[in-house]
Amino acid sequence: MKFEKKDILGIKDLSIDEINLILETAESFLEISTRKIKKVPTLRGKTIINLFYEASTRTRTSFEIAGKRLSADTINISASTSSVVKGETLIDTARTLEAMNPDVIVIRHSASGAPHILASLVKQSIINAGDGAHEHPTQALLDMMTIKERKGKISGLKVAIIGDIEHSRVARSNIYGLSKMGAHVVLAGPATMLPRDIEQMGTKVFSRIEDALVDADVVMMLRIQLERQKQNIFPSLREYSQHYCLNRSNIKLAKKDVIVMHPGPINRGVEISPDIADDPSCSVILDQVNKGVAVRMALLYLLTGGSE
Amino acid sequence: MKLLLTGARIIDPAQNIDSRMDIFLEDGKIAKIGTDISKSLKSKSSEKITKIIDLTGMIIVPGLIDMHTHLREPGFEYKETIASGVAAAVAGGFTSIACMPNSNPVNDNRSTTEFIRRKAAQAALANVYPIGAISKDSAGVKLTEFWDLKEAGIVALSDDGKPVMDAALMRRAMEYGFSLQLPVISHCEDTNLSGGGLMNEGYYSTILGLSGIPGIAEEAMVARDILIAEFTKTSIHIAHVSTAGSVHLIRDAKKRGLKVTAETAPHYFTLTDESLQSYDTNFKVNPPLRSEQDLKAIKEGLADSTIDVIACDHAPHGRTDKEVEFEYAANGISGLETSLALSLNLILDKTLNWPELIAKMSTNPARILNLPKGTLEAGADADITVIDPLLQWTVDLQTFRSRGKNSPFNGRRMQGKAVLTIVGGEIKYDGR
Ligand SMILES: [Zn+2]
Ligand SMILES: [Zn+2]
Repeated sequence: MKFEKKDILGIKDLSIDEINLILETAESFLEISTRKIKKVPTLRGKTIINLFYEASTRTRTSFEIAGKRLSADTINISASTSSVVKGETLIDTARTLEAMNPDVIVIRHSASGAPHILASLVKQSIINAGDGAHEHPTQALLDMMTIKERKGKISGLKVAIIGDIEHSRVARSNIYGLSKMGAHVVLAGPATMLPRDIEQMGTKVFSRIEDALVDADVVMMLRIQLERQKQNIFPSLREYSQHYCLNRSNIKLAKKDVIVMHPGPINRGVEISPDIADDPSCSVILDQVNKGVAVRMALLYLLTGGSE
Repeated sequence: MKLLLTGARIIDPAQNIDSRMDIFLEDGKIAKIGTDISKSLKSKSSEKITKIIDLTGMIIVPGLIDMHTHLREPGFEYKETIASGVAAAVAGGFTSIACMPNSNPVNDNRSTTEFIRRKAAQAALANVYPIGAISKDSAGVKLTEFWDLKEAGIVALSDDGKPVMDAALMRRAMEYGFSLQLPVISHCEDTNLSGGGLMNEGYYSTILGLSGIPGIAEEAMVARDILIAEFTKTSIHIAHVSTAGSVHLIRDAKKRGLKVTAETAPHYFTLTDESLQSYDTNFKVNPPLRSEQDLKAIKEGLADSTIDVIACDHAPHGRTDKEVEFEYAANGISGLETSLALSLNLILDKTLNWPELIAKMSTNPARILNLPKGTLEAGADADITVIDPLLQWTVDLQTFRSRGKNSPFNGRRMQGKAVLTIVGGEIKYDGR
């Protein structure tokens, strides 16, 4: 199969076949990370720009390593959205970048839809590394890869996503991806963190974590952004952690072999109790990081014509 | 200039006319309207008719009036000037427009009102009726001098662009304005509820990850203003109605005999929030494009006269205001040059008949703003719009007279267009 997409803007736009192709390609790249010399010449001469409008050491580093392992030239640009002429910079930057003629531009932006605007402006391939509360496709792909490896499949699994769904791009991308791959996705969070009409995405929605955890094969805990307290979407961190933290007691509602995921970085004791986060029998959080590089290598490879 | 227009179908809701007639314009006024004018005028022959225009197949209506536009001058001339705004108006078939006060400075004082009128007189295309601010700088704190503004020439009051959040201030404005026969136009938005929102709150805001503006942000204020109008026995005009809930509230208020009038804009009966999926900032407008059910309710409100007026909320912007991330983009659609054709769709889909549509685009806004316009009666100002109802055309932003090229309708196929716009007996636009 040939990969036809110019850009990876969201999981919503990917077909099941495309997701499978990406995951299979990623699996073949996983092996490179275990080699002594973790570098192949596949993308020699190609240029990848990491354009980050939002600080994210983890995702940026992951893309950078992915590019370097494929021998591409990677350039990091950290831009600021704090200037008064917000946004003007994105258009200007797009024109400048296009003139530099890179092969792929990876963009992270706090404004939903920014990668789409960039994609409409330049001829190069765009990878969305997270836009606002919209999508984070590479995170969902690495999550799917992790689940597939641990469970042998995605189809038929019950996946519970817990926390601030409203502000989570990880949740949206995973709802699209996991549903497409045949999983049953259920959500739970305080009513103030569940966006309107979310059930129309084909998920069951609960306001209590316990209801979502019943018989879950996978539990995905979302990061709580502490500054959201100001918007009154939860009264206090204390109350949140008392009722929505995954702990030894409520995890018993899930299947015995449940795996626990978190896109990181974790607020220990808020989203997941420390003993569970560090328990290798259920926590796959470090696995996720490892898969992240492979998935990003796969996307860089496929977008630069690797499947031809 | 003397003009004889023959052969057209004449629709004047004010006089209940819908038939083939001639109309004779003289000295800026409508001199005669009737079936046999051309013969009688020709036989008299002493009259030197300057020009006879055969308008067979066309429709003549009282000059269209858009009671909700933003002309941006003074202060934001890169978006629009009064001159470019009135050029857009006549090209869109509008002989009169009312302009909102949110310029810089805000039109909250006599000299700004006079400046706008002077600029409009210099442009000499469409009539421009300034709307004065309710509060100083539209800051929602202190009333402007309504009396002084009225003497300077404003026809209504509004803080449009912003709501009047302080209910007590709104009450005072409605009482004081009503006593001066100045209608108060309310931009209904509870900013605590809409705060930071970028689009309609619903399924599409959820999947797009854009923060939502709930319908109740509008409806709570519509309800409030209706209650104030009822309690104080005054009137209120609700601007840009966008939700089903607002339609219900206004319908109910009218049933109870309250003096409530309302307008909607073409985009609210043409587009829904589904179109935002491309993140195209040309679809970003406030109030936001709503759901399919809302769109349906707006059409029902138009059909049963709950909504009196179609006004396009012409909101021109420069490229730098729109060519940015969705979150940072300005709200608004440059609407004057597409409003009529989009509204004509309401005839094609049988929501309205011709007289009903023309009432909403001329007769009713004239009545609400107390303008001596909106009719083709003999003796009235010769403000006339000639519409070719069958003309097929495609929206092309590059041909816009407006400086604001921000339209989500670029490239759209349209049927029906104003081909002749006559203001005060003079042809101000000829698109034939
Ligand atoms: Zn408004
Ligand atoms: Zn407005």
